Amino acid sequence: MNHRSTFVCSIVAFTVLLIISCDKFEPEAPADDSLLDGPVNGLTYEQNRQFLAGDIAFNDEIFTPATGLGPIFVATSCGSCHAGDGKGTPFTTLVRFGQTDSTGNKYLHLGGPQLQNRAIPGFQTEAIPQGASSSKFTPPANTGLGFLELVSDEDILAISDPDDRNGDGISGVPSYGYLPEFITPNSNALVKNGKYIHRFGKKAAAYNLLHQTVNAYNQDIGITSTFTPHDVYSGHTIDPEVSDKTVRDVVFYLQTLKAPIPRSKGNGNFETGKALFTQINCSGCHTPQLQTGYSPVSALSNKTIYPFTDMLLHDMGAELDDGYTEGFAKTSEWRTPPLWGLGLSPNSQGGQYFLMHDGRAKSIEEAIMMHGGEANQSKDKFKQLKESEKSAIIQFLKSL
Amino acid sequence: MNKIITVFVCIFWMTLPLQAQIDPSLLKDPTAHSKKDLLNMDAIYDRPFVTNKKAPVSLGGYVEANWQHIGTDGISDGHQLQFRRMTLFVASSISKRIKFLSEIEFEPADKEIAIEFAAVDMEFNELFNLRGGMIINPIGAFNQNHDGPKWEFTDRPISSVAMLPATWSNAGFGIYGKKYNKNWMIGYEIYASSGFDNSIIENTENKTFLPAAKKNTERFEELPSGTPLYTTKVAIRHSKIGEIGLSYMGGIYNKWQDDGLVIDEKRSIHVFALDFNTTLPKTNTFITTECAWVNVDVPKTYSEQFGNKQFGGFLDIVQPVVKRTIAGWKDAVINIAVRMEYVDWNKGQFIDTGSNIGDHLWSIMPAVSFRPNSQSVLRLNYRIQKQTDVLGNPPSNTAGFNFGLSTYF
Repeated sequence: MNHRSTFVCSIVAFTVLLIISCDKFEPEAPADDSLLDGPVNGLTYEQNRQFLAGDIAFNDEIFTPATGLGPIFVATSCGSCHAGDGKGTPFTTLVRFGQTDSTGNKYLHLGGPQLQNRAIPGFQTEAIPQGASSSKFTPPANTGLGFLELVSDEDILAISDPDDRNGDGISGVPSYGYLPEFITPNSNALVKNGKYIHRFGKKAAAYNLLHQTVNAYNQDIGITSTFTPHDVYSGHTIDPEVSDKTVRDVVFYLQTLKAPIPRSKGNGNFETGKALFTQINCSGCHTPQLQTGYSPVSALSNKTIYPFTDMLLHDMGAELDDGYTEGFAKTSEWRTPPLWGLGLSPNSQGGQYFLMHDGRAKSIEEAIMMHGGEANQSKDKFKQLKESEKSAIIQFLKSL
Repeated sequence: MNKIITVFVCIFWMTLPLQAQIDPSLLKDPTAHSKKDLLNMDAIYDRPFVTNKKAPVSLGGYVEANWQHIGTDGISDGHQLQFRRMTLFVASSISKRIKFLSEIEFEPADKEIAIEFAAVDMEFNELFNLRGGMIINPIGAFNQNHDGPKWEFTDRPISSVAMLPATWSNAGFGIYGKKYNKNWMIGYEIYASSGFDNSIIENTENKTFLPAAKKNTERFEELPSGTPLYTTKVAIRHSKIGEIGLSYMGGIYNKWQDDGLVIDEKRSIHVFALDFNTTLPKTNTFITTECAWVNVDVPKTYSEQFGNKQFGGFLDIVQPVVKRTIAGWKDAVINIAVRMEYVDWNKGQFIDTGSNIGDHLWSIMPAVSFRPNSQSVLRLNYRIQKQTDVLGNPPSNTAGFNFGLSTYF
């Protein structure tokens, strides 16, 4: 074999080897339990396609003035506020203002309920009107929302305790509200004086994920749809800037995001922390286990889930009372946020924690210590624990 | 499609005289000069052309095709076979001191046919030449010196194409000149051209992104701001030390008035670039680097997602390791090379937290290239890249192989 043949054979052999083995030189996927995004297992091909369409609309579709952004807005895309489908940061925190009680928002004519603190070039941003109370809301994680949507009203009512009959100091109440015209209530929904149980948002003022999604398009990005046709800047109805299909795809995406996978393996304090969590009655509001009802998406239907929320409103005390509310909640009442995925929050919050409704807590322990009102007894019990026991609870929470 | 057919028919027509010749010696490469006599600004004309005495034009071009298999965080699109681009050059010496050159690029993936350069040069003096038409703005070195066969890497530098907008060409006029003195050479270029628009901060990249302005083809007829983009470059070369270039590009970028009415404040952009290249005499190691600083006046009421300061650059080191007859190719060269890149699309801190804004990337890319001759290259690259989002969350990891060929024709 001459030099030329040797050279050619070497190149061919190397090329074949490279083509066969090239994927071995690429980064491995992060462990499934280290990510919040990704679909639930068991979607059909058709459902996977809709999930992908929603994923693109949620994470990749960036709005510009040409496609309807603003002119006043908070973010340019859904994904801007929910990096990796996790919690947001102060950069993406929004401000709501103008409502102090159940009689409604008195500042709708002055831009309420949401402050659009950014504007496209050539426009001025909104300002909070003088005299209006306000509250900052840090974007929540999206993960597992489809499961929470499927918890029946009956189950939510069953764990509510408005009169604190069990005497534990906790009196969770469901958030009732009227439905916008575009919402069709679930077939098993419970109605009380024309009002339905709402479950999404810091004040549980959104009925379901469609309600939440179209409000976010409108109030966060300044995008109108057939569901919310009013432009946030002018207040006039304008042509839809996002299609119904895209909205439905995004809703489906949010519904079929997987629930966070607990990371208890190798965590020696998991069982201790879990037991202490129940012992000091954190579980009085952060209900560990719930059940989903029927869904045409079999991957979501009739599943046992571990979100650590009761989806009820609780009085959290004066320290967390910003003097602002939504729906029929009192200003001191907040819906129990799910704790699943809590340990992964820094992965979407720039490597640190921004917890509680406005991101004021920079660690889990700090967040616990900010609990008040109905959570006072649990907080006091937590304070009395030994450092090792506190640490076990925090490690347990980080593993959820 | 009709445009493609039209262009091919024109090219076919122009090449008829060449096809009529059967003696290949009639086609000659006119680029028989020393590279040491050239600056980066000469890259536009430093290309192999074929010509014959009967034809009014010289022709040239290059082609690039690649295979790649790249993955990010465990997700890969698998094997990708890509025809990146084919570029045609047509040059003509209208008279001894007037010449014309055009560069037409076909990028089928983008369904794009773009005229990247089409300008007339008139020489008055070696220090004073007039250029007008569609010019390539001399910001940094890569923008003017972007031909695929010249590089050992299949991908163009990220800072050049995703921070700076290479290849960035505009309608414009300018002057340039060069002066030699023994081992020293100095050159300058000054242009007024069309330029950027609002899209650099109103785009689907969700960041301040200068290349977004390339989509606005109206810039070849209308300046959104009504004021020119000024680009200037000064380069100095010592034949034994290397070449250093300093360049600036700036002006008002936004449409601030419409139909006589003021609709926004005037907002400016300023880009500074520094480039350097040299060949180490003992080892014949070729080093080329470029870095750039971008300052954009972004409205304070706009999102911090869109940065007002950017920085990026790259460093290429190319080491020839074998130069001899290989597989029958005389003076073939095998190089090993590496490219290091960094881009920060949003320098600064968040107002609310004071923490650093992310949105940056670094990449290192070892490479092996085989050059059967100086005009053709086969290259194998392996990219390792980390990219951080605007919030500074854990970076996405990308890695994978590229193999490509590129050649002048």
